[in-house]
Amino acid sequence: MNTPIRRIAIAVMALILLLLGNLTYVQVVKAGDYRDDPRNQRVLLAEYARKRGQISADGQVLAQSVETDDRLKYQRQYTDGPAYSPLTGYYSVIYSSSGLERYADPVLNGSDDRLFARRLSDLITGRDPSGGNVVLTVKPSVQERAYQEMSEKGYEGAVVALQPKTGEILAMVSTPSFDPNPLASHNSATQQQAWKAENAADPATLPNRAIDQTFPPGSTFKLVDVAAALQNGYTPDSQLTAAPNIKLTNTNTTLENYAGTQCGTGQTASLREALARSCNTAFAQLGGELGADKLRAQADAFGIGRSDLSIPMPVTASGVGDLPDTAAVQQSSIGQRDVRLTPLQNAMIVASIANGGQTMAPHVIKEVQGPDLDVIDTTEPDRLGRSMPAGVAATLTDMMIGSEARTSGGGKITGVQIASKTGTAEHGTDPKNTPPHAWYVAFAPANDPQVAVAVLVENGGDRALEATGGSVAAPIGRAVIAEALRGGQ
Amino acid sequence: MAAPGLSAARPGGANGREGAPALPTGRTIELLLLVFAAVIVTGALVLVEANQEQELTPTLLYVGLAYLVVLTLAHLAVRKFAPYADPLILPSVALLNGLGLVMIHRLDLADQDRAALLGQPVPDSLVFKQILWTAVGLALFIAVLWLVKDHRTLARYGFTCGLVGLVLLALPGLLPSSISEVNGAKLWIRIGGAGIQPGEFAKILLIIFFAAFLVQKRDLFSTAGRRFLGMELPRARDLAPLLVAWGLSVGVLVVERDLGSSLLFFGILLVLLYAATERVSWMLIGIGFFVIGALIAYQLFGHVQVRVQVWLDPFSDYDNRGYQIAQALFGLGTGGVGGTGLGAGRPDLVPFAESDFIFSSLGEELGLIGLASILVVYLVLITRGLRSALAVRDSFGKLLATGLSFAVALQIFVVIGGVTKLIPLTGLTLPFLSYGGSSLVANYALVAMLLRISNAARAPLTRRPAAPAVPIADAGTELVQRPAVGPTTGPVPGPTGGRP
Repeated sequence: MNTPIRRIAIAVMALILLLLGNLTYVQVVKAGDYRDDPRNQRVLLAEYARKRGQISADGQVLAQSVETDDRLKYQRQYTDGPAYSPLTGYYSVIYSSSGLERYADPVLNGSDDRLFARRLSDLITGRDPSGGNVVLTVKPSVQERAYQEMSEKGYEGAVVALQPKTGEILAMVSTPSFDPNPLASHNSATQQQAWKAENAADPATLPNRAIDQTFPPGSTFKLVDVAAALQNGYTPDSQLTAAPNIKLTNTNTTLENYAGTQCGTGQTASLREALARSCNTAFAQLGGELGADKLRAQADAFGIGRSDLSIPMPVTASGVGDLPDTAAVQQSSIGQRDVRLTPLQNAMIVASIANGGQTMAPHVIKEVQGPDLDVIDTTEPDRLGRSMPAGVAATLTDMMIGSEARTSGGGKITGVQIASKTGTAEHGTDPKNTPPHAWYVAFAPANDPQVAVAVLVENGGDRALEATGGSVAAPIGRAVIAEALRGGQ
Repeated sequence: MAAPGLSAARPGGANGREGAPALPTGRTIELLLLVFAAVIVTGALVLVEANQEQELTPTLLYVGLAYLVVLTLAHLAVRKFAPYADPLILPSVALLNGLGLVMIHRLDLADQDRAALLGQPVPDSLVFKQILWTAVGLALFIAVLWLVKDHRTLARYGFTCGLVGLVLLALPGLLPSSISEVNGAKLWIRIGGAGIQPGEFAKILLIIFFAAFLVQKRDLFSTAGRRFLGMELPRARDLAPLLVAWGLSVGVLVVERDLGSSLLFFGILLVLLYAATERVSWMLIGIGFFVIGALIAYQLFGHVQVRVQVWLDPFSDYDNRGYQIAQALFGLGTGGVGGTGLGAGRPDLVPFAESDFIFSSLGEELGLIGLASILVVYLVLITRGLRSALAVRDSFGKLLATGLSFAVALQIFVVIGGVTKLIPLTGLTLPFLSYGGSSLVANYALVAMLLRISNAARAPLTRRPAAPAVPIADAGTELVQRPAVGPTTGPVPGPTGGRP
């Protein structure tokens, strides 16, 4: 009976081969589907089971994981959630993550290459593996002051404060904001409820306006015009039209100064005067004379149009839009038409002027720490490029001091010289009847800049149609500068 | 050390071994392979502890030591009672049993963690129970080797085995559900905290019975009936044993609601019938019976329909009946080719991860590579068993070894196929790997018998005198045999057969 036994042996091998084939199908072909199935908790559980690193700034813990008694082991907790949520983001079991929770995830969850040695020693010594910590460049006092200024008045908008010499982000606020704590809840009902509420919120709370959205910069864009002009034969004393309104080249469209006023007292106004008074007609003329190429080149030099910027959260690209004819250039010169900047980009422009024309890469991570708070990596200041020679920057700074002198609004700081520019940007389908965006970009002290800020208050803040950059945004900007200088000195 | 032993066997050849004085027993190879298995299992245990506890606990020492003691005793028993036994069978069993212990310990740790988190009392450690069962299994293993000096004596107890087997098989079905039912299947006899599944032992007893019965009545079933489509059909009255097997399986299915055992019994008996008669027609008729039985069962029994639906699309009823198999598939998929590493996955998410689903637990943490290796170890065990069936000289031994080996093969196919969604899930344990006392103990007895048969196949023929010494009268009896009828019980065939 050996023949049947041999056949049985062959049949057994066939059965085993069948099993192997099916296993290959399950574990290779379908493996990805099974692994990524939303009902498969394994990957998430593994991530939660590890103690996630903390996010801190200047010794103050902003986000940390605390041990729980449920199956997810660690619960994410945020202190002062809404003030910092544009930076920290949220960390949700159901809705993934945002902000640093997402873009610094490799460090926080411990998989970053810089933590490799640590992981290896964890394995050998038997320590609980845990993620690394992220220390921010943010100054809590500045961040909280900026958030307080914006939220107290119920403003929608953003504040960015940079250290111009290094590109460190001292504050980044977006209002209205959200509390990431309920989104990190281990109770799925709480999570779902919070997610629904945040998504339904109007104005939106989840986007970080400072980097996720772009806005027309209005008159703050005139700094770009001046930077281009001073490098193309113009001086602060070059004369431009002082007319209250002009017709755009080859069109019947009228462009007028704010409130239809004359630019100063004479027939012409100097470039210095025009910037201080923020005369639209003069800058329309200047932009037309410079031309699209020079204007765009200057914008590019400031980093406008870059889509690869990350802090490490990706920064939405700013842009000047299409400039097909002189009229378009004239309109764009006063920061209208299709010119759109993120508040961060606008802060980078003043920071670059403050730093003698050297633009620094903005960043929010100062240090990466191991789980024991030992420093593993420090972010070195990185140069993005030069926007203008140092001499031009000095001249422009001087002109911005003149602009600050003419800017209304409260909060002026005695003993500190600020260089600034305001903007009041029209937007929407009916610009004249839509409350404008109020801007204030500035740096101080003018002779040795320690902080550069950009403040955006959307839709007129509490002044509606009457709003101007000076009346609405400037007081906030000055308050932030004061706070930054107080802490920094 | 192994190489000279192997080459020493060659000059004698298959038939020459009768005269060779210094035949290698293979015990040294077995010892080396056992050490190899112990090294793998110890390494796996250390990995589990490192990944789960981040430290080495005393449990590691207890489990490791107990395992080594079991291996040593088993090896010594083989050396003493079956010195010529196949050297690959015991190491294969040792490796599988060891990996099972490792995975059960690993799931213990996960359960303890969860209980600690939820503030519940710490659950019993299953690995210690499994070690206890391993010890019982070892005792039975040694007892079988010691008591059954010659497997042919078992043939004499064929009918007794059959009767006891039937009773064991039927007992849980006849007992009240409170004693016999666990998770919907009436397979148990539970007294106090401990429980056994008599079906596991019935399986072996019935294989002995069928092997003995078929050897006795072989010629009867081989009598040709009518020819049909080029095959010789058996006579209708000879279908009786097949009908008995079929009835037995259906009975198990109806009374005990156990699809897996039903399939297992039928498959084993069919294969034994085929091996005994060498008739493909038996197989085809049997498969016909199976199809008819399966169709009727599907129509009549709700639980069979549920099994099939869950098999076709486990995700459509994810929250309920499909949950277990879906979680097993998630685990296997997450493991992928390389696995998450021992102790680093979440196999505890699958219900019954340590018993029926231990294969998916291993798959999650060891990956396709690990599972393929485990399948190869099973294949080694099964093929060595079948090889002993080929090599052993008597028909009963051939049938018994075939039945026992194929029982393991079919059982792993049914279990693994079920867990990996190749076939509907039936609910059996994986021999040597799964947590479960009855299965482990019964399979140790099964392996002891395989070793006994392989010992008979490889041992020198001491009792048989050399050929010239055979009295002419005795020699004459061999000539009477009719090779044309089929393989004989004669003494001649070696491991390579030699008959057409």
